[in-house]
Amino acid sequence: MKFIKFLLVGIFFGIVLVKSEAVSWYRIYEMFKFESFHMYGIIGTAVVLGVLAVALMKRTKLKDFQGHEIDMPDKDKSFTRYFVGGSIFGLGWGLAGACPGPMYVLFGTGVWTILIVIAAAVLGTFVYGLLKDRLPH
Amino acid sequence: MSSNLRTLCSIGGGGKYCGFFRFDWKAERWNLVVVLGAIIGGFLAVTYLSDGSVIDLNPKTVATLNGFGFSDVGAGLLPPEIYDLGVLSGWKGWALLITGGFLVGFGARYAGGCTSGHAITGLSNLQVPSLIAVIGFFVGGLIMTHFLLPLILPQL
Repeated sequence: MKFIKFLLVGIFFGIVLVKSEAVSWYRIYEMFKFESFHMYGIIGTAVVLGVLAVALMKRTKLKDFQGHEIDMPDKDKSFTRYFVGGSIFGLGWGLAGACPGPMYVLFGTGVWTILIVIAAAVLGTFVYGLLKDRLPH
Repeated sequence: MSSNLRTLCSIGGGGKYCGFFRFDWKAERWNLVVVLGAIIGGFLAVTYLSDGSVIDLNPKTVATLNGFGFSDVGAGLLPPEIYDLGVLSGWKGWALLITGGFLVGFGARYAGGCTSGHAITGLSNLQVPSLIAVIGFFVGGLIMTHFLLPLILPQL
């Protein structure tokens, strides 16, 4: 039962991503063509709300569900891994039209072929794990 | 969202091959429950909360895709030319889906996060590394959309 809140967050996330059309390959294509405000509106709203929420969390020292103060650790300072890794991610995002969240949601909408994309994403993650120590970060 | 892919590698026995997958995945179960919820949410949204209306895309976008041989653009969430089961009868369909997924999985872990981790949570926490990652997302996405897709999509 302690997992029910996570399940509800996931359900809400899934419904919002479908109804906002953020899971649509077409919307991602249109975003990268700069031919619509749609996706920028979604991501921009999320970030503005997120900035306010994080600032509020820090100021009020908000506790999480276990009673611990919420701590968002700073990301390691670097350039290469974020830029190169990000660009590789972007190539896949533009091609498949789906990032990890929408992949799971699309499976729920009954798209069987997305399982191939998810399996390939797991494989990509695995290969990164194997090569990790040999890549510049 | 993408850290679940690492958790799946760990559950699948990835720890036998490298230390990156040797961690206490049971502590990440809550995140897999969010994924389960997202799948249920996707099902509920298309089953009970949709009226089959067409996606209101920019007519210019539709015209470009029509030019690549795509039909019924925006009639569903995804282009049948890429995601219908029928694409699995040829190697091109498999190649596109596998390449796309692989790049997303590899790139997300290399960059240490995806759209949710960097673009939304990272930017919300005012992290410069996340801004670099998001710029990277766009560099990759723009190269794919403007230079590679015009070569790939007409082949499907």
